[in-house]
Order: sequence, then structure tokens, then C-alpha cells
Amino acid sequence: MGSLKLTGIRKSFGAVDVLKGIDLEVADGEFVIFVGPSGCGKSTLLRIIAGLEDASDGRVEIDGRDVSAVPPAKRGIAMVFQTYALYPHLTVRDNMALGLKQAGAAKDTIASQIEMASAMLSLEEYLQRRPAELSGGQRQRVAIGRAIVRDPELFLFDEPLSNLDAALRVNTRLEIARLHREIRSTMVYVTHDQVEAMTLADRIVVLNGGIIEQVGSPMELYNKPANRFVAGFIGSPQMNFLEAERAGEPGCASVGVRPEHFSVSRDGGRWSGEAVHVEHLGADTILYLDSKEVGTLTARLFGEHAFTAGDTLHVTPLEGQLYRFDADGRTLF
Amino acid sequence: MAFSRARRNLIAELGAHAILLTFTVIALFPVLLVLINSLKTKKAIFRAPLAPPDAETFDLIGYATVLAQGNFPFYFWNSLFVTLGSLFLVLLLGAMAAFALSEYRFPFNRFVALYMALGIMVPIRLGTVGILNLMVATGLVNTHWALILVYTAQGLPLSIFILSEFMAVVSKDLKAAGRIDGLSEYAIFFRLVLPLVRPAMATVAVFTMIPIWNDLWFPLILAPAEETKTLTLGAQVFVGQFVSNWNAILAAMALAIIPVLILYLIFSRQLIRGITAGAVK
Repeated sequence: MGSLKLTGIRKSFGAVDVLKGIDLEVADGEFVIFVGPSGCGKSTLLRIIAGLEDASDGRVEIDGRDVSAVPPAKRGIAMVFQTYALYPHLTVRDNMALGLKQAGAAKDTIASQIEMASAMLSLEEYLQRRPAELSGGQRQRVAIGRAIVRDPELFLFDEPLSNLDAALRVNTRLEIARLHREIRSTMVYVTHDQVEAMTLADRIVVLNGGIIEQVGSPMELYNKPANRFVAGFIGSPQMNFLEAERAGEPGCASVGVRPEHFSVSRDGGRWSGEAVHVEHLGADTILYLDSKEVGTLTARLFGEHAFTAGDTLHVTPLEGQLYRFDADGRTLF
Repeated sequence: MAFSRARRNLIAELGAHAILLTFTVIALFPVLLVLINSLKTKKAIFRAPLAPPDAETFDLIGYATVLAQGNFPFYFWNSLFVTLGSLFLVLLLGAMAAFALSEYRFPFNRFVALYMALGIMVPIRLGTVGILNLMVATGLVNTHWALILVYTAQGLPLSIFILSEFMAVVSKDLKAAGRIDGLSEYAIFFRLVLPLVRPAMATVAVFTMIPIWNDLWFPLILAPAEETKTLTLGAQVFVGQFVSNWNAILAAMALAIIPVLILYLIFSRQLIRGITAGAVK
């Protein structure tokens, strides 16, 4: 139905190589998220899958068919954009209908598809409005509706939640998750927000500098990061990285400990430091320690704790929660 | 506190209005002079050029002369045809070129853009002899096309320059959405992009239209025949080496303002509608 296969995708803009050989297979019905810092090439990769950019080299196959030379409209895809990209002069109904109209679908097919999509996204009462009369969240729902109406084999999302405020972002995220459960289509989603990636994805593709750093389920990436980059990118607050020598850990170049994997005590522990800042979030308490031995450390404790800035504290990594990296940043297991 | 702030704003506002009003008066004064003198007797024009017409000096002889001259409505039509024809081509071709330059990556893209922009700085009249030779060779002398082609060439550089700046800021996502929905590049250009740059189109239209309407040089050189004479050229019959018919000249000038004023009003309405399209519709 909607599998996707990328083989050796490269893209250069002039002398700049944005993508340096991407190989990836996405199974039918899978929800895959490309995540990575700005400029890692994730949006370019999505645009290549969509056919909006030509790859400098490599093959894109959708559903087993090589679509490298097929125009976007004929690839069986639908795309949702960060800026919604609704047609400003058309009503919500016409926005959703345009793709099918262009493809020459019958009138009653179009009508029933719009009815189905607007029911799914509770857009019925807005169908006669123009995009300018809708709020940001509604506009993004229309954009998602426009994608559903086309009944694509492959949904592409380009940072769809980035322009929404925090509350709407959570709602729309849930909506997209529900959508995926209901229609079971293949979805490829680009974001720089790791929370979106962790909560939505079946599999996450971590990109950095034009290459894939690691592909895996959210928990695989969290528990078994392949390298220092993935370890630092997944998880918030970021993993602590310590020089192996100063941390007293032989046989590796550096070690990493997630902030939530520290036990903190006032009496004694592996490393000690002064609390320079304490954030009380209710559910969590986040400590920033300045340690003479290993530098700055972040520790995250669950629940409320009475620590204040200026306290001298000791931290110890939990059993088996210490990551070791070699000189190239690869994880040593 | 509130009082003094309000006063300061008032003074600033008065100052701004004073400056703007002064400028308006300076800009409109010659037009006003043309209008009032076109309604006076010849003697009154010379005796008191600044005086408005009164019962004694009021005279429509200028307008009567112009309209009796027979061919003037025809000159009007020539001017209008040439102006609107050139305007249409400048806007259409300029917008298409600007779209291509801002949207597509191709070799020498920036060089072509720069080459087009150079045209803004080189006055087209420098090439008059060459243009005349060309028009003679192609048999276009004394046709409307001679003028329309020259004016299109003259208007394109500025129009491409301004429009490509505007096209570049039209959302890339919107064009991408159109491509995914299967719109052709022409549909994307005409249906998605052009409506969004309408204010810029109106600006370009106004800038392009006025020099064409007012031009005397090219009509005189390329199309002086009776059947292609434009209004500005037609009015020259009242200018003599020793005696000029000032009533008729002023009346012709006053009449010449009307069509261009109407066009301007149309474009400025488009301009405002373009700006407010998303907000109110």
C-alpha cells in the first residue's frame, strides 16, 4: 500500500552537500519521524520524497514504484506544511477539494471525501469560511483535512506544529496520533521537537549533518543511543557528558549520564558539587551543580525536594545507567 | 502628564500635516494652473496667469478648438491603446520573468536578473537611432506596435526588479501545496502568486503608465503619422515657432489628465484591495 524506500539519496546546493547518502525503508502503515537540529537536511529529505526538490543522486520508491521522475501530484502523497499553506482565496471546502478536482475525481466522490475528513477533524461548521477567518489551530486542521481528502498512500508532515502555541500543539499532536490510529496510513513527519518525535513515532530517524545517525523506536534511542550525538539529542534536559579521565572511568573517552539517572544525597556519592541553580517544577526538581571534578552537571529528581542554590550535594549514577563513548563518539556497550 | 503628551502628539501631527500639505500644494500647483488657465481668454492668461477665471475672463475657446480639431478623440484613443497595450505586456511579461527568476534555479539565474536590472539605469532614448533603424527595417514605423514594443522594453526592467522582490517572499509552502495538488506552473503563477502580489503589480502599473502616457519623444520619432499620433504629439499642432495657441494647449493638457487619472484610481483601488484581501474577506 504505502511503503517508502530511499536508496543513496544525495543532495547538493552548489558546493554544499546537504544530504550525503540516505538509505531508509519505511513499512506500510508506519509512522516515521525525521528529527535533528536545524540544517541537518530533514526538511530537504522530505521535499525530495514529495518531489518538490530533485535529489542530486539516489532513488525514491513509493509502494515499490520508482517515483524519482514523477511529479508531486502523481506520487500518491499529501503534505501538511508548517505555515499551513492554505489557498487564501478559496473556502475551506474548496481548499480541501482542489487536489481531487485537479485529479479529475467525480463530484460525489469529492463531496463524500470532504464530509469524511471534516467529520474526522470537526471542521463541518467552517467549510464555507476562508482561511483568513480561522485561528491557527483551525487552519492546521484544515491543512490536515486537505491531506486526508486526497486519500494518499503516504502522508508527509513538515513541522506541522511549529507555528502553534503550546496548548494547541499538544491537542493537535493528539489529533495526529488519533488520525494515524484510525486511517493506518504511512506517515513521514519532520520535526526538531524531540517530544513530538518520542510521543508520535513508531520509529525515529535521527539526522545530523546530512547523514542518518540512528534509526530506532523511541525507547531504543533513549536506552541504546548509538553515539554521543543521539544520546545528547534525545532526552530533556540533555544528557551530561563527562571526560572519562576526570570522571574516573577507564577504557573510554567520555561518559554520559542522563539527568534523571542520578541519585542525589547530601552525605556522599561519586561526584560532588555546589548547586548553582535549582528549578522547582512541582513534578520535577532540576538541579544544576558545579563540580570541581567533572564540571557542570544537571540532575533531575522526581517530586519536590528542599534543595536550594548553594547546597553542596553528591551525585551517583544509577546502576547500569552510565553510557561510555569512545574517542569517535560511538557508544561502547 | 497625559495633557502634555497629548499636546506633543498634536504638535507632531500638525507638523507632519504642514509638511505634507506644503508638498501637495507644490505638486498640484502646476496642474491647478493648467486647469484655471485653460478656462480663460487668451488675454487673461497673459495678464493675470494666477487669477481664477471670473465672469469676464471665462472662456471655453481652448476646449472648443481642441474638440473642433476633429482628430483629437482619435489621438486619445491612440494614447490609450498604446499605454494600455504596453502596460498589459509590461505587467504580464514582467511578472512572469520575475516569477521565473525568483522561483526556479537555473544556470546564470543571478546574471540574468542583474542584466535585467541594468536596464533601469540605461535610458532607452540613448538607443533611439538604433531603434529607429530597427523599426524601419521591420516595417513597424508608424504603427502602434512600434510604440508598444519600445515602451514594453522600457518598462520591463523596473517591473521585473520590483516584482521579483515581492515574488520571493510569497510562501514557498503555498507553491509546494499547489504542486502537490496538481496545479500546473501556470495555475500556480496566475491563481496563487499573482493575487498575492497585486499591490506590487498596481505600484508597477502606476510607475509604468505615467511616463508612457506623457511621452513625446518616441511618438514623434517612431509614429508621427496622423493615424498613430498620440495625444502629446497631437497637442504639438498648437505649438508654433512664433505663435502658440495657449488656450488649446492648456485645454488639451487638461483633457489629457482625465484618462490617466481614471487609470490611477482603478490601480490604487486594486492596491488597497490587495492589501486588505486576507483581512476583510
